[in-house]
Amino acid sequence: MRLVILDNYDLASEWAAKYICNRIIQFKPGQDRYFTLGLPTGLPRNHPESYHSYMWNNFFKHIDIDPNNAHILDGNAADLQAECDAFEKKIKEAGGIDLFVGGIGPDGHIAFNEPGSSLVSRTRLKTLAMDTILANAKYFDGDLTKVPTMALTVGVGTVMDAREVMILITGAHKAFALYKAIEEGVNHMWTVSAFQQHPRTIFVCDEDATLELRVKTVKYFKGLMHVHNKLVDPLFSMKDGN
Amino acid sequence: MRGEQGAAGARVLQFTNCRILRGGKLLREDLWVRGGRILDPEKLFFEERRVADERRDCGGRILAPGFIDVQINGGFGVDFSQATENVCSGVALVARRILSHGVTSFCPTLVTSPPEVYHKVVPQIPVKSGGPHGAGVLGLHLEGPFISREKRGAHPEAHLRSFEANAFQDLLATYGPLDNVRIVTLAPELGRSHEVIRELTARGICVSLGHSVADLRAAEDAVWSGATFITHLFNAMLPFHHRDPGIVGLLTSDRLPAGRCIFYGMIADGTHTNPAALRIAHRAHPQGLVLVTDAIPALGLGNGRHTLGQQEVEVDGLTAYVAGCSVESALEAASLHPAQLLGLEKSKGTLDFGADADFVVLDDSLHVQATYISGELVWQAEAARQ
Repeated sequence: MRLVILDNYDLASEWAAKYICNRIIQFKPGQDRYFTLGLPTGLPRNHPESYHSYMWNNFFKHIDIDPNNAHILDGNAADLQAECDAFEKKIKEAGGIDLFVGGIGPDGHIAFNEPGSSLVSRTRLKTLAMDTILANAKYFDGDLTKVPTMALTVGVGTVMDAREVMILITGAHKAFALYKAIEEGVNHMWTVSAFQQHPRTIFVCDEDATLELRVKTVKYFKGLMHVHNKLVDPLFSMKDGN
Repeated sequence: MRGEQGAAGARVLQFTNCRILRGGKLLREDLWVRGGRILDPEKLFFEERRVADERRDCGGRILAPGFIDVQINGGFGVDFSQATENVCSGVALVARRILSHGVTSFCPTLVTSPPEVYHKVVPQIPVKSGGPHGAGVLGLHLEGPFISREKRGAHPEAHLRSFEANAFQDLLATYGPLDNVRIVTLAPELGRSHEVIRELTARGICVSLGHSVADLRAAEDAVWSGATFITHLFNAMLPFHHRDPGIVGLLTSDRLPAGRCIFYGMIADGTHTNPAALRIAHRAHPQGLVLVTDAIPALGLGNGRHTLGQQEVEVDGLTAYVAGCSVESALEAASLHPAQLLGLEKSKGTLDFGADADFVVLDDSLHVQATYISGELVWQAEAARQ
């Protein structure tokens, strides 16, 4: 894996954004050559300020993507299992995910794959763990009774199938999860640990997230920053027509 | 019945590279328009899976709701209070010429006149939607003749009237049918005004207090009867006095019906009101400020910049603002507040989704660069025409 450590949240976000940008440009996407970007499932759909609003305001409205190429799991679908299976099928039809970008929960979960999720799971309906419900309460005015208890999510196996995985981890409250994910063994209680067995994983974090790691680990990866920073050197924009 | 998102087949316009006035703030957002209404792009993206048919770059300018003038007596040589042979074309001329000042809707105003004039003129000025032909007519503003003698201002004394004898019937006899009427300005100290105010309010007509010597108590009672507006605050009313603030005291009265917002018109040209007085009113009750021109037939003789001591008043056509008040506040006073006064805030005076796409493109000095009605370009400044 690559472990990229930046000083703070803003620098970590910027580094990750530049990396994704470069990956897309290097891929040379076109009319018949799609770069498939996977993103975490986020909030359950029936939130009034739903995940759709979140994705629109923070991502889709700023780019010129064809709406037909934006696929979001529909938590209000009549047959949820069919919805999940169809999603897996769409991923396959798109040629698989080129880059999956995700975060990590304080309990070490990737997407909504809560502790105890199978490490070869596929897209499905999951019941949320209390930690996740507590974390989501802030979107529902702090009222726990309003937070949905179930969500559709891509599986650990689904993400493992991606050609590359990027995990963003910032903040001291995620430090223990990061430690469990990369310095301990592969364990379904900390589902992010599954990516130790993925050929191309990159963890991007800030200083605070490394607080539970061994000094040796941190020193080693910080020493590689000159190599890591080459990955975000500006490439020519696609618009410049190369 | 038009669907929420406008005719689904119609062209989608996306105005980009601009700052729009929304929720009282200038935000860096795109403005989407379809079928003459403001469109919700998120719904378009997820539910219809469509993109814009045309993008227009606004060069970083400000997009604000079109201005609404609720007190304008004429302009460009046209006098709305004259019973001429071509009332309609007179109104049409003014409606077209005010587009260049960013006004997309207005209330043609008639000053105190004899009944014959009302009977002839009022039926000829119906409510009309705006478009390339001109700004929309929201209804007439009848200022007088039921006003105070001492505070008649420029209104002719011979034609002042009272409704002491038959209250609302007297009003009807004077004006004729009220179908085209939107606002009536009267003096509440006149006998039986409360019956008249209640009757007008019940018919959806906005009652405004003005040209009056009413004290604060009389003014408050009038508000309880239904009055919601004050015509050109400070002018043609008793001056503010610390023991009886008069009509001006309505701005901070605690004896008004709960939740009721009293609106007040201000002619912010630096001449009718000292800018310091305007600022006192604005600070006391910012949500009620409605900018009006009270323009006369001589309007159109040029814009100007006036300096009064340390205050600067910029008069730019029909938008005037006093330095020291935020841009957003000034824009809302010229658009949102008049719409709220007339109960039209769902469709006019706002850039919220579903509202009519009446808006203006302004540069940073708030000069009008372009005017749109129902999403259609109806006026454009020369320089922008390249």
